Amino acid sequence: MELLHQIFIGPFIEMAGAPDLLVQVVWEGFVSGILYALIALGFVLIFKASGIFNFAQGIMVVFGALSLVGLHELGVPAWLAVILCIGIMFVLAVTVERVVLRPLVNQPEIILFMATIGLNTFLIGFGETVFGGEPKTMITAELGLPTGVTDVQMLGGMVSFQHIDIAAAVIAALMVATLAIFFNKSKIGRALRAVADDHQAAMSVGITLQQIWVIVWFAAGIVALVTGIMWGARSDVSFALEIVALKALPVLILGGFTSIPGAIIGGLIIGISEKLAEFYWGPMVGGSIESWVPFFVALIFLWFRPQGLFGEKIIERI
Amino acid sequence: MFYREVGDLKTTYRSDQQVLTITQERYAIFALLAFMYAVVPFIADDFWLNTVIIPALIFSLAALGLNILVGYAGLISLGTGGFMGVGAYACYKLTTIFPDVNIVFHILASGFFAAAVGVLFGLPSLRIKGFYLAVATLASQFFLEWAFGRIAWLYNYNDSGAIDAVNRSLGGFALTEPYGDTKFQYLVTLTIVVFLTLIAINILRGRFGRSWMAIRDMDIAAELIGIRLLPSKLLAFAISSYYCGVAGAMLVFLSLGSAEVESFDILNASFPVLFMVIIGGLGSIIGSFLGAGFIVVLPIIISTVPRFFEIDINSATVEHFRFMIVGALIIFFLIVEPAGLARLWQITREKLRLWPFPN
Amino acid sequence: MNVMVTDPVQQGADDGRISDEVILKVDNISLSFGGVKAIQNVSFDVKRGEVRAIIGPNGAGKTSMLNCINGFYHPQQGTITYKGTARKQMKPHIAATQGIARTFQNVALFRGMSTLDNIMSGRTLKMKANLFWQMLRTGPAENEEIEHRKFVEKIIDFLEIQDIRRTPVGRLPYGLQKRVELGRALTMEPTLLLLDEPMAGMNLEEKRDMSRFIIDANEQLGTTVALIEHDMGVVMDLSDRVLVLDHGQMIADGTPDEVQANQAVIDAYLGVAHE
Repeated sequence: MELLHQIFIGPFIEMAGAPDLLVQVVWEGFVSGILYALIALGFVLIFKASGIFNFAQGIMVVFGALSLVGLHELGVPAWLAVILCIGIMFVLAVTVERVVLRPLVNQPEIILFMATIGLNTFLIGFGETVFGGEPKTMITAELGLPTGVTDVQMLGGMVSFQHIDIAAAVIAALMVATLAIFFNKSKIGRALRAVADDHQAAMSVGITLQQIWVIVWFAAGIVALVTGIMWGARSDVSFALEIVALKALPVLILGGFTSIPGAIIGGLIIGISEKLAEFYWGPMVGGSIESWVPFFVALIFLWFRPQGLFGEKIIERI
Repeated sequence: MFYREVGDLKTTYRSDQQVLTITQERYAIFALLAFMYAVVPFIADDFWLNTVIIPALIFSLAALGLNILVGYAGLISLGTGGFMGVGAYACYKLTTIFPDVNIVFHILASGFFAAAVGVLFGLPSLRIKGFYLAVATLASQFFLEWAFGRIAWLYNYNDSGAIDAVNRSLGGFALTEPYGDTKFQYLVTLTIVVFLTLIAINILRGRFGRSWMAIRDMDIAAELIGIRLLPSKLLAFAISSYYCGVAGAMLVFLSLGSAEVESFDILNASFPVLFMVIIGGLGSIIGSFLGAGFIVVLPIIISTVPRFFEIDINSATVEHFRFMIVGALIIFFLIVEPAGLARLWQITREKLRLWPFPN
Repeated sequence: MNVMVTDPVQQGADDGRISDEVILKVDNISLSFGGVKAIQNVSFDVKRGEVRAIIGPNGAGKTSMLNCINGFYHPQQGTITYKGTARKQMKPHIAATQGIARTFQNVALFRGMSTLDNIMSGRTLKMKANLFWQMLRTGPAENEEIEHRKFVEKIIDFLEIQDIRRTPVGRLPYGLQKRVELGRALTMEPTLLLLDEPMAGMNLEEKRDMSRFIIDANEQLGTTVALIEHDMGVVMDLSDRVLVLDHGQMIADGTPDEVQANQAVIDAYLGVAHE
């Protein structure tokens, strides 16, 4: 009884008792949720256009951030480093298409999935060989990102908002809006959607798969770079982030593999629920439960709605 | 020339259903086993046994376990490390709770704990498949990693937070690392691996193996010929996890001596074993061995080759290079031969059977 | 199993194969996916021993009907009575254990497995040896495997596919794949065999072989057959009774001759505009 009370009632009393703290925790969750959503977004871009489950998206985030810091350490000015990093992401997209995707076209999807795990491993080794294995600090100030903190008096307490977090939210919103316009209004965007529906049909009407793949991988690379900057500004830049980046995967389960709104809402649900769980329930079992809570949230959700938040029910034909 | 199959005919279904139908190959396998038992302990020094042969055998078992799940039943899992860890920690607790029971028994029994956990985390496979399931298996991986690190009871409240060395013997001789003799550890490892491999071969060529492959190839058709999906999938999870669990226990007690969470995390255990399965060949028993051997030997080659050319290379760089090379090789193999080393061996075998005629 | 070449002309007549027992009765079945009505209020029955054809233009709901019968789709309305037990919905596993076997429009073989393993997998339900014996592969497990292998070899002889026994089915030409699939279904020793376009995409010779196998399965093994087929020549020769579907509705049911003369059927096939 005592235990049940502690699990099911205690945390809520705690929440009601200190609403300012609750707001703070939810805000923290909201911001990490945005970052998860951004990783998931890059993933969705690739999956939508090529049906490839890109396991390396998380690594691309780290790789982008690491390149940026690494270039700056070599004395390259921040603005130039950003442009060069965009270039690196383009080269990466072209290379991946040439070396990995083109030879594997029409292979079963599990083979392509395994190939992206290989890419994941390769990029870890490559990044560490070039930039070294030790954690680095993001060049937040040099990029002109805000660093201060605003404390807001509310609900009988104080809630602090890091400016970088607010910036992250705004930039994420802008990026999603840009992508939505790109997909729905531009010619390339329509071509992308055609490829997503049926590779062979797309090829038969003259859309070249190769170009489309380069474009989506490049787009995903830019999303990864932006995510990496935002993330790096909140913690160190190192390959340890890779494990954290894997938490974008439950976001995908929640939101569906092909839905951009799904990725965003899924990201927010995962981010907020993991922080709430960590803060209010974590101490009971020794903490650090945010490493697995997102996966369980996604699994429980999946049990009731296997097609995800925005996915359509699949009718199997035979 | 190499194969002489003329007159090697089968007149009963019993003989036609043997594992190795070609008589010559049967002799070759017996010869290989004899070599492994009688010759290797005398020609291999402790360095080779410790860093290559024993780990390769143990990881072969883990790869075989994962291959049952991924290659035969078609269920993608990224949680191998977690299941290996369950075996290791279960074995550690068993040696603590029942100190008088033989360690080999503990090792084999610890697999059952891994099997139970595997079944539990295999339950979502009822509702989801493919990539969704792969993500679901990460839930088990991260939960188990957390449990190994946070539940102090599992590591006997050690200050180190790790499984420490346990001194156990078999037949009067010290067995466990670091107390036992390496050659003795090798022979015990080899025996367990051979025994469990035989069992796996038998299961896979019987009705369970066929059911798994049927589910892998077309689950709807499998269901309509009367294969029940959930029990079959859960059995695949159970047996696969059993193998991984035993491998985890062996890794700690016959090879590493002590272990902590990192030994079973996603980068050190789950991915390497998955790579062994891919490089070796999905759905191939011999491939599990070839892949494990390859991945275990690779870092040694990477660190030895520069030394041979008298280039100084530190261990961190070796590690970075290993990641790069393994990653590149995975992609290379998938492009050149998605069916892995096992397929290359199969092609060679077919050529040898026809040699000297071209095919 | 001695294979006789049977003159297809005999098939129309009742030669004592067909009993009066109704083995399957489908009552007032309706099935829809969202707004799409795949089947609307269709009723028909299958008698033990007969060859029952279901025909109709593309999208008429024929395959959906088979899917309902072996439990892959669940109709929203109606009952399926099989061997005297009435059910709202069939379940795939019950269908399989009760002796309903099936082949598919787009071959649904286990591509990574050999012909032999594919056909052996049809015996799964009849194999009983537990995991312990399977692990050791002696005693019951091995004896059982050999027993079933003997049966499977009979089917392989029956279908004349001895030479592709060890070939992975993914490498076989389409016509042979269809044959292996029939083999897998027959190995289940089904009471009721559902064939979904067994002759689609075959040349004349292959069709003739396939017809022969279906007739032999029906006459010699006593299997009741329900088949979907677009080749009208085959349908009219093989079947005892024909059910005609169009747009999910039943438009005719009767002997081949009756159906052929039915104006609604002619309209459906020639494409008269629906009101």
